Amino acid sequence: MEKIDFSMLGKIADITEIPSVGAYNIRKNGLGVERKSTENIEIIPKTDKNGIDIKIKPGTKAEKVHIPVIITEEGVNDVVYNDFYIGEGADVEIVAGCGIHNSGCNTSEHDGIHRFFIGKNARVKYVEKHYGEGEGTGQKILNPVTQVFMEENSYCEMEMVQIEGVDSTLRETEVNLEAGAKYVVLEKLMTHDEQKAESNMVINLNGKDASAQIISRSVAKNNSEQIFKPTAVGNADCKAHVQCDSIIMDNAKISSVPAITANNADAQIVHEAAIGRINNDQLLKLMTFGMNEEEAENVIVQGFLA
Amino acid sequence: MLELKNVCFTVNDGTTDLNIVNDVSLVIPDGKFVVITGPNGGGKSTLARLIMGIEKPTSGKIIFNGTDITDKSVTQRAKLGIGYAFQQPPRFKGLTVRSLLSLAHGSELPEDQCCSYLTKVGLCSRDYLNREVDTSLSGGEVKRIEIATLMARDLDLAIYDEPEAGIDLWSFTMLVESFKAMMSDRKESIIIISHQERIMQLADEIVVIADGKIRNQGPKDEVFPRLMGEFDGGCNFR
Repeated sequence: MEKIDFSMLGKIADITEIPSVGAYNIRKNGLGVERKSTENIEIIPKTDKNGIDIKIKPGTKAEKVHIPVIITEEGVNDVVYNDFYIGEGADVEIVAGCGIHNSGCNTSEHDGIHRFFIGKNARVKYVEKHYGEGEGTGQKILNPVTQVFMEENSYCEMEMVQIEGVDSTLRETEVNLEAGAKYVVLEKLMTHDEQKAESNMVINLNGKDASAQIISRSVAKNNSEQIFKPTAVGNADCKAHVQCDSIIMDNAKISSVPAITANNADAQIVHEAAIGRINNDQLLKLMTFGMNEEEAENVIVQGFLA
Repeated sequence: MLELKNVCFTVNDGTTDLNIVNDVSLVIPDGKFVVITGPNGGGKSTLARLIMGIEKPTSGKIIFNGTDITDKSVTQRAKLGIGYAFQQPPRFKGLTVRSLLSLAHGSELPEDQCCSYLTKVGLCSRDYLNREVDTSLSGGEVKRIEIATLMARDLDLAIYDEPEAGIDLWSFTMLVESFKAMMSDRKESIIIISHQERIMQLADEIVVIADGKIRNQGPKDEVFPRLMGEFDGGCNFR
């Protein structure tokens, strides 16, 4: 592990050294480089394809797993399959994330295919941050696929963030909730220059009293383009709320297409979507604090995505 | 000291020139508390915006502490120690009250200091510090936070544009108390654009602006009784 590795790990997984507590798996340029299991959290490499199984024992409380991925070479195409099995009644935090440093001219891509099997009454907080950097012309591409299967009365909170520097992303998320399960997702995305981002989410609420909150906040700058298609499907007596909020700047394009479907008369589903530029009074207010326009704009964007 | 010299602000509505502010000259000495009042549409808020630099005068000069600031930007004027509280403060999704106060201050503010500013504007700091300054806050709450952002700055001149606008009676009472409390330990000059008698009562001086001109100006004890006479005569400034 080199200095640049830890710099990226800091950005994507909030760690600046190998974690001293908890389980972890650090993957670099397509290979697992550091791994540690704990008594309650077992990380097992898959034998048939790239990736790991993360098995969390029932009843595990207040433990953390870090599974960051970094790519520091050009021309890497890394597809990885990670399966999380979270035992009944467990309460854990999972920190993922991928950083690409590409200083060459060939594309580097990481596609994380993640499946979560969340047991009854279990609670999971999942944080995933994506980041790209490097002075090369090589594209930095991240195409994550996330599938979540939630058993009765489980709770899952996901924070999925694209910080900056990702040239192209296609994000596919599917969540299936059984009775009493609750899913909260906060997707935060920033695109700039010629970047493109598309995010498709389908949340299936299949059991009585299942609930979901889908919040998407994004900022599109320069010539970048974003498309959001979050869909909530109510198949039972359930509740869901979809909210998409975007700041558009320069010559960017944003398309926000929230969709709601009810297949049960007791389903209550709401969606709202808004796209708008930074309001002039917001800029002025911060300028009366002594900021110039550019600084004010940065504060507004950073606050919006905080 | 703030000095306006023959300040004009003219706009064109497509056919004719409208003199929103018409040859206003005014001196606000250091440490004075001045209330600018007058009928709606008379040019009060425009005058406040001209002083902050949000609008640029068509002609005339604005001198602040000996420096000609007529051509200076909002940012430059802010750095010279001028602060401005909006009549309708903007909201910021994602920015907490605490971070807004810190941004106003120019560096991270300790929690106890944030709390003391919020307490001064009648907000229970524990409930508000980590709340976002977004649409979940009521109009009265946002106005009080707006005033707190000016307290968090180190100012030579604080301008408040109709602090009472859009807030309920209970919040207004709290607001007057906040301004009263500010009187005791302030060093900066204060300009408040207001229609409210109870705010005028706090002033050292009152300036009456109507049709873009200064109609009356002087110590509160002289101007205020005359204004009340106008109210009695059926002329309501609202």
